[in-house]
Amino acid sequence: METYQGIVRIDARGLYCPEPAILTQKALKSNPEAVEVWVDAVSAQENVSRLARLLGFQVTVEETGEGYWRIQLRK
Amino acid sequence: MRTPDRFLSSGWGPVITGAVVGVLAPLLVKWGNPGNMGMCIVCFTRDIAGALGLHRASAVQYLRPEIMGFLWGSLSASLVFKEFRPRQGSSPLLRFLLGMLASFGGLVFLGCPWRAYLRLSGGDGNALWGVLGLLTGVGMGIIFLRRGYSLGRNHGAPGSVGWLMPIFMLILLCLLISSPLLGRDVQGNRVGPIFFSEKGPGSQHAPLLLSLGAGWLIGFLAQRSRFCTVGALRDMMLLRDAHLLRGILSLIGFALVTNMALGQFHPGFRGQPVAHPDAMWNFGGMVLAGLAFTLAGGCPGRQIVLAGEGDADAALFLLGMIVGAGVAHTYGIASSPSGVGPYGPVMVLLGTAICLLLGLFLSGEKE
Repeated sequence: METYQGIVRIDARGLYCPEPAILTQKALKSNPEAVEVWVDAVSAQENVSRLARLLGFQVTVEETGEGYWRIQLRK
Repeated sequence: MRTPDRFLSSGWGPVITGAVVGVLAPLLVKWGNPGNMGMCIVCFTRDIAGALGLHRASAVQYLRPEIMGFLWGSLSASLVFKEFRPRQGSSPLLRFLLGMLASFGGLVFLGCPWRAYLRLSGGDGNALWGVLGLLTGVGMGIIFLRRGYSLGRNHGAPGSVGWLMPIFMLILLCLLISSPLLGRDVQGNRVGPIFFSEKGPGSQHAPLLLSLGAGWLIGFLAQRSRFCTVGALRDMMLLRDAHLLRGILSLIGFALVTNMALGQFHPGFRGQPVAHPDAMWNFGGMVLAGLAFTLAGGCPGRQIVLAGEGDADAALFLLGMIVGAGVAHTYGIASSPSGVGPYGPVMVLLGTAICLLLGLFLSGEKE
């Protein structure tokens, strides 16, 4: 997990569920401007997106074309 | 194809999968499977271990086509929807060990989480202790997940790695159909290397194509909906996310109604099919299983789904379950309807201690 210009970035590629969702939950609790999560499994992408929506965040999913997704989460 | 799939990936996916399992599992019992054992991954891997001669408990030996169909169902779905992704490298040896321990726990209870819910839906009150144990085990695993527990990252693997398990299942199907008898016992009778029960639960099975087809459909739906009988409890407790839990409630509801319709609902504690009434170890066995499944990232069904998607680490967990079942029946760890095995309780305690140590050592904030 690293912070760059107010955006918390989580590289959750290769991690098993529920780890990407737990890391996201932890990051969102610190109330950052935005969170960006990288995942490489569709199930992780779905889990992180669902969790963020449950917590009232706006979710944008971008497919990088390099075998992973960048999920942007904003209030 | 896209519209029904979007439906399956939505909140309805687990509900539909649970409903299909809830209807098909009691039907498989009607068609010939043992009581309350329409779908049980622990029991079926135990039967496969027996058929392969990894244990010689003559009552539980059969190459269960449901497992083959299940894995191929997941493979089919992941190929159609471009999610087949061979991968490996996330603590394979530990996953094998967790598979063995989960199998030990499950065989002390006599079932996996799937069967715990199905036993409940058939009226088996002993399963209540199992489900309570499962909740406890998952709860214990969550403590470690909150503390940053991880088995590490996987990475891409060559395509051949992803195809090993589907091919292994094909070999099992060929062995089931050909039933080769290549050996001789002491009396000179033709025997093995594949063993099939002549009496007991292993001899009770639905027709091959029905078992295979039901397994395939469940595997396909489980892959699309990410159905997981352990993740359901975990996500509810950990993330307050009821998405998967609705699938379990649907499974129990539909299985209850189907069992009643088929005259297979027999409420009580005594004389339940392939079950024992020892409350303490029904509970204890599922504590171990629930903890091991949580530390490995999902229930045995989810592990088969992942193995079908090309995940070699989940495949090793599954192989750990098969080997674990062989060990459990060879060394008196597994229970039988007459009660717990001589070494079942001590193995549950030892296995739980091993899981707790693993949880402790592999926790801690990283990155």
